[in-house]
Amino acid sequence: MGMDRREFLRLAGLTCIGIGVGGAQLFVRARIASSEFAPTDERLNAERWAMVIDLRKFRTEEDYQRVIDACHRIHNVPKMPDPEDEIKWIWTEDFEHSFPGQMNPYVPPEIEEKPILLLCNHCTNAPCTRVCPTKATFKRPDGITAQDYHRCIGCRFCMAGCPYGARSFNWRDPKKFVKDPNPEYPMRGPGVVEKCTFCVERLEKGKRPACVEKSNGAMLFGDLNDPNSEVRRYLAEHFSIRRKPELGTQPAVFYIIGGEDHV
Amino acid sequence: MYDGGKIITGIVIFLLFALFPIYSNFGKTYKPPKPDLNTPEIQKMEVKKCVEPKEYMRAEHMKLLVDWRDAALREGKRTYINSRGESYFISLQNTCMRCHSDKKKFCDECHKHAGVSPYCWDCHFAK
Ligand code: HEC
Ligand code: HEC
Ligand code: HEC
Repeated sequence: MGMDRREFLRLAGLTCIGIGVGGAQLFVRARIASSEFAPTDERLNAERWAMVIDLRKFRTEEDYQRVIDACHRIHNVPKMPDPEDEIKWIWTEDFEHSFPGQMNPYVPPEIEEKPILLLCNHCTNAPCTRVCPTKATFKRPDGITAQDYHRCIGCRFCMAGCPYGARSFNWRDPKKFVKDPNPEYPMRGPGVVEKCTFCVERLEKGKRPACVEKSNGAMLFGDLNDPNSEVRRYLAEHFSIRRKPELGTQPAVFYIIGGEDHV
Repeated sequence: MYDGGKIITGIVIFLLFALFPIYSNFGKTYKPPKPDLNTPEIQKMEVKKCVEPKEYMRAEHMKLLVDWRDAALREGKRTYINSRGESYFISLQNTCMRCHSDKKKFCDECHKHAGVSPYCWDCHFAK
């Protein structure tokens, strides 16, 4: 070979300079926009979002359906023909399966048979976020258990982790099963997990969750850390229960069940 | 030289194959993609501007979209303040696609040319 040591070093040095200049240029190109991100002006803020559901105010089938439809329609939640493929963000279940620890043989029939409105509990110690290997589901500082569909790899660990059945997996392409899609909100594709997000996209626009808005006052939403918030005042006046409290997940959805609290 | 004929035929056949992309395109003019900006929303604008300068958008829109996505979903920041100091609501469907409402003649025009098929449309509506 006709290259001596000096020649080799010279070429190697030039190559390094070349790579350096090229790299620097890439860096400059990627940063030409001196742009910034900020929260929206209308954004509703809280230290710890929470929900209160006063089930006494849900009387007819229509009361439940109105709230469920409000959510499922704006979020393009599909109606799957096969119950095995069901996708749900907010749904109903009987008392025994909603509150297994609180069941006893003498629960009054009107409560035993009453449909309980269920959704993601946005737990403080959310097991789903701990098991998610890609951080597709994670806790926001305001307590919401967020879902980033872009990162979801469909492993379904979160579904195994969630003690409340709040998560659904898209076994099939959901697009075909949404009749009249809302063009303002995205769909999901096959292979991702989805659930209630406490309507983060609405909070950004200064609006409360869709279910709360359509509940005619049967559902409340507010800051659990603010003693003057609507939810805190309501919880201070009414005895509430949460789902499976013994698990220590600290759900942020509170239920008011049963008659009046007077003795 | 032994087997000179065979070697030369071999080389010729090899060159025929190796240079195929070059001579098969010879004489054809390069047709750059022409993304179409003729949408009602853009027609309405007095100064036709994107969220960032055109050159930047052309080269970096995929990165911008990923930054938008992460800012919106992971940091809860859905306002984008661009290099001119103007604010935009962060949304692929309701901001980008409101102006670029003809996806076929805009996004797809370039993407077909470049051979990329972003999977965003599995979930995001393009109106
Ligand atoms: C307010 C309307 C508007 C919005 C919102 C908008 N654009 Fe544009 N976009 C334009 C206009 C107008 C141009 C042409 C700019 C020019 O000619 O200087 C353009 C140019 C572009 C180009 C370059 C096209 C070319 O010919 O090279 C790309 C790529 C692009 N936009 C992508 C996007 C993406 C991605 C988004 C969302 C992040 C977006 N645009 C949001 C109006 C908009
Ligand atoms: C001026 C031509 C042009 C226009 C117009 C354009 N794109 Fe692109 N886009 C490209 C090219 C070229 C690439 C591939 C870049 C690469 O792979 O390095 C790309 C890549 C992308 C990617 C990343 C794809 C991937 O697989 O990584 C996304 C997302 C994207 N474009 C979104 C859009 C959207 C949305 C629009 C319409 C609003 C749009 N683009 C309009 C040229 C364009
Ligand atoms: C599996 C379905 C899915 C795919 C694939 C997907 N997205 Fe999304 N994306 C969503 C959903 C659902 C939201 C809304 C989350 C919210 O608002 O809380 C969203 C939100 C976003 C947002 C922020 C807010 C908004 O409304 O636009 C951006 C930006 C975004 N996606 C960009 C992209 C880009 C770019 C791609 C392709 C490279 C992509 N997404 C692919 C489902 C998807």
